[in-house]
Amino acid sequence: MSPAHYVFLAVILFVIGAVGVLVRRNAILVFMSIELMLNACNLAFVAFARMHGNLDGQVVAFFVMVVAAAEVVVGLAILMAIYRARKSASVDDANLLKY
Amino acid sequence: MTTLAATGVFRYSWLLLAFPVFGAAVLLLGGRRTNKWGHVLGVLMSLASLVYGLIAFFALLGQSGAARSQDLHMYSWIPVNGFQANIGLLIDPLSISFVLLITGVGSLILIYAVAYMAHDTDRRRFFGYLNLFIASMLLLVLSDNYLGLYVGWEGVGLASYLLIGFWQFKQSAAVAAKKAFVVNRVGDAGLTLAIMLMFAEFGTFNFTGVFDSAKSGGSGVATALGLLLLLGACGKSAQVPLQSWLLDAMEGPTPVSALIHAATMVTAGVYLIVRSNPIFNDAPTAQLAVTVVGAVTLLFGAIIGCAKDDIKKALAGSTMSQIGYMTLAAGLGPAGYVFAIAHLLAHGFFKAGLFLGAGSVLHGMDDEVNMRRYGGLRKLLPITFVTFGLGYLAIIGIPPFSGFFTKDSIIDAAWEKGGTSGWILAACAIIGAGITAFYMSRVMLMTYFGPKRWEENGVIGGAGAHPPFTEAERHIPHPHESPLLMTVPMILLAVGSVAAGWFLIVNYRFADFLAPVVGLPPDQHGIWTWPGIIALILAVFGVGIAWAMYGRVPVLATAPRGSVLTRAARADLYGDAFNESVLMRPGQWLTRLSVYFDSRGVDGLVNGLAATIGGTSGRMRKLQTGFVRSYALSMLIGAVLLLAGLLVVRL
Amino acid sequence: MHSLILANGGAGGTNLDPLFDEAFFWILAVLAVSAALAMILVRQAVHCALMLAVVMLCLAVMYAMQGAPFLAFVQVIVYTGAVLMLFLFVVMLIGVSSAESLKETIRGQRLWASLAGIGLAVLLVVGIGHAAIGSAAPTTSANNTDNLTGLAQLIFTTYVFPFEVTSALLITAALGAMVLAHRERSAPKPTQREVARRKIESGQVQPEPPPGVYALHNAVDLPAMLPDGSTTDRSVSTAIEQRDVQLGRHPQDTEALDLSVEERIDAELQLEAARLGRVTTSEPEPGPQTDEGTDHE
Repeated sequence: MSPAHYVFLAVILFVIGAVGVLVRRNAILVFMSIELMLNACNLAFVAFARMHGNLDGQVVAFFVMVVAAAEVVVGLAILMAIYRARKSASVDDANLLKY
Repeated sequence: MTTLAATGVFRYSWLLLAFPVFGAAVLLLGGRRTNKWGHVLGVLMSLASLVYGLIAFFALLGQSGAARSQDLHMYSWIPVNGFQANIGLLIDPLSISFVLLITGVGSLILIYAVAYMAHDTDRRRFFGYLNLFIASMLLLVLSDNYLGLYVGWEGVGLASYLLIGFWQFKQSAAVAAKKAFVVNRVGDAGLTLAIMLMFAEFGTFNFTGVFDSAKSGGSGVATALGLLLLLGACGKSAQVPLQSWLLDAMEGPTPVSALIHAATMVTAGVYLIVRSNPIFNDAPTAQLAVTVVGAVTLLFGAIIGCAKDDIKKALAGSTMSQIGYMTLAAGLGPAGYVFAIAHLLAHGFFKAGLFLGAGSVLHGMDDEVNMRRYGGLRKLLPITFVTFGLGYLAIIGIPPFSGFFTKDSIIDAAWEKGGTSGWILAACAIIGAGITAFYMSRVMLMTYFGPKRWEENGVIGGAGAHPPFTEAERHIPHPHESPLLMTVPMILLAVGSVAAGWFLIVNYRFADFLAPVVGLPPDQHGIWTWPGIIALILAVFGVGIAWAMYGRVPVLATAPRGSVLTRAARADLYGDAFNESVLMRPGQWLTRLSVYFDSRGVDGLVNGLAATIGGTSGRMRKLQTGFVRSYALSMLIGAVLLLAGLLVVRL
Repeated sequence: MHSLILANGGAGGTNLDPLFDEAFFWILAVLAVSAALAMILVRQAVHCALMLAVVMLCLAVMYAMQGAPFLAFVQVIVYTGAVLMLFLFVVMLIGVSSAESLKETIRGQRLWASLAGIGLAVLLVVGIGHAAIGSAAPTTSANNTDNLTGLAQLIFTTYVFPFEVTSALLITAALGAMVLAHRERSAPKPTQREVARRKIESGQVQPEPPPGVYALHNAVDLPAMLPDGSTTDRSVSTAIEQRDVQLGRHPQDTEALDLSVEERIDAELQLEAARLGRVTTSEPEPGPQTDEGTDHE
């Protein structure tokens, strides 16, 4: 399969992840949608690496994974702290900026 | 017109102005401290001006020919390149006649006022204003250019306003003062436009400059100037269509009515026309307009005067009518200028005398003005009766009193004009003479003859500083002769009423005197002329009809309903109603419309804009839901739009 | 698409037959997309995590198909195995039971989100379609090393600085997590004396009994018995209790207070059958006899 197919697939997964961020209320599920988006980017990088014939894309994908891991760690720790304080993990609870 | 630079005694002509200005300044700025001697200072200043005026007059008689025009340059008022405005005085026969009239009659009236206003706490202020008036009037007649004349013109308007509304606490007086000022302003607009036109066309305000240029200028400019000057004169002299203020001006104290609204200020319009005679001589259309205005006002004032029960208002109607005579004469060109001024001077005497007599009656009748409450006063106020009677005979034109000579000269001049207009004007003047006789006889009969109506009905008063008595407490007055300070001026004025006309007209004394300024009348006619005789006969008729209506039949205590004409005359021939409906109401509607437009339109626009912004921001505020997901959605939409933009550009 | 030049691993693709390549791609693509859609649509958080795991595994295979075996394994081990499990841990801690209602609270959110998503997808596809994405490039003979060596070369030469920085990042992240999850003691640590006093005052001296001894299907959902024969609901995990409530099984249904073993077993079986919609006969199963409760101190 040509890399183009993989890139299109990456686009579709990315969009699904984006919609997921907007639609779900539970903070964990928002995180998971973000992870989905990152994975889609990884797929695109690998496809482009194949297209160019060098491994730079794979290295970048590798770094993305590392950063994603770090981000998940910190994010979930924050989520835990918030949950402990409020007893709720809903993203809609933080609406004090309302008009 | 040639003038000589002032020499000799004329170099001190500014004293003529300085005395009353000084008096006005001291009295008005000095305040209550000057109360005790204020009236004396006022009288002295006026007498000082009179003395100097006499000196100047005799000095002028000593001169001859061109030297009879002495021009004193006082100072440069506005020395701007291309616009030179000066204050200067011109002593020539016309102006010196007016100076003598103003200061002479003025001083007599001021002496009268000392006694008349003796019980008024504001007497000092009164004299201050009168001095101000005299100063302005003198500036008006003495100025050697139109701009100085205008300053004097405005000054007398101001003084008139201040004096009509002298008893400020009276609502009617304040309203009358405002009315006088506003109507005068309309006329002043005409004068202003005339002066501006003069400057635009001739580049100067000086009489000499303007008159010399007017000869070379076209008749179009002269006509325009003439009509505009006529408008100014109408305002100041209470001619139709700007006549509505004169009868209301009787709210002021009687000395004011006598001096300003009989003898001097209201004659300023005639002075303006006569002074501007070179302009008018080039504009036959304007002259015709002047005569028409004069004739109309003549009859207008006479008809109004017939129906007024207020003695002062009846005399005011008479003033309007007599000035109509003067205006009529002034519009006849060189044939009439002399007689206009002659009648003006004679009128000054007898009208002032009549007004002072009326004041004397008021003084005796506790400020009651309604003649229906008078009656049989001739034995109780003998001196007043005699002086008033002499003035009466003068005004109705009985020989050998003043009015006969001057009025008949005017009628003759109109008759001599020839053509249809001349015939019509003469007819108006003759009929006017008849009506004059009628209403003046009415006044005499109602006031001095007949039963003493005030003994049964009492009087209400209210014309002076004190409020009127209520119906319940009708007051029975004790009419008595006025004190010496009031009777002596009346006697002196009566002398003028008797002799002035004969003095001026016979042997063309005044015509020769005034000739350098206005030219000689072309036709020199004798004393007895047919139009004059017809006028005399009509006058006798008028007296007879008045005696039939008011002498034989007892005068009713309350005014009867009267005929259509009577009711119209009582309503000032609907002059006020006309002004109100044609000018005032549309003005009110215009202001209301403007206010409406401003508050709804302009304010609405501004407020609407603010409300729109407020509403929009209120609606846009709702976008801030506070939810993270909404913000994330807007981020995504923004990213999509950006991407779309990029692609549109790139592809 | 058909002009793949197959080298020996590394860049340029796998050694797969083109047919298999296509088949695999399409199967995995469909699977990944449906799993992703399921992920954003299901209610339970645990199910979402599992769907994400499916997606990640599909992607791992795809990496392998594209000649990135190292990345494939890292994806499975690190991403799916560690990161996703971390997610599951947090789900467990926070509330596996809190089922999110599917009703949308913000008006128009779903509509606009889907519209924006579709728009984004269309734009990206159009943009990428216009771009010249060539076919897989062949490797040059100079770089004829295998994937891992090539990656290592790149990471430690060209990309050594980002490598160092990301390692610092990882340390920072670990520290950050520790700090965030740390709980400050609001009260001093209770001494043993305090603990003992508290225990005696509350009346619950001994520890909570573990869940029930008699195992039918799942012992953790049966309450334990106290020495006097009563059951204590406190021995059943609240999560399991809530699950039971969801399924329509109420705790009092399993109360064993006055029932004998057989009756309890019967009751349990009937409940089960009612749930499954069929009638079964009960089979008595011998189980250890209950003691009359051992007293613990």
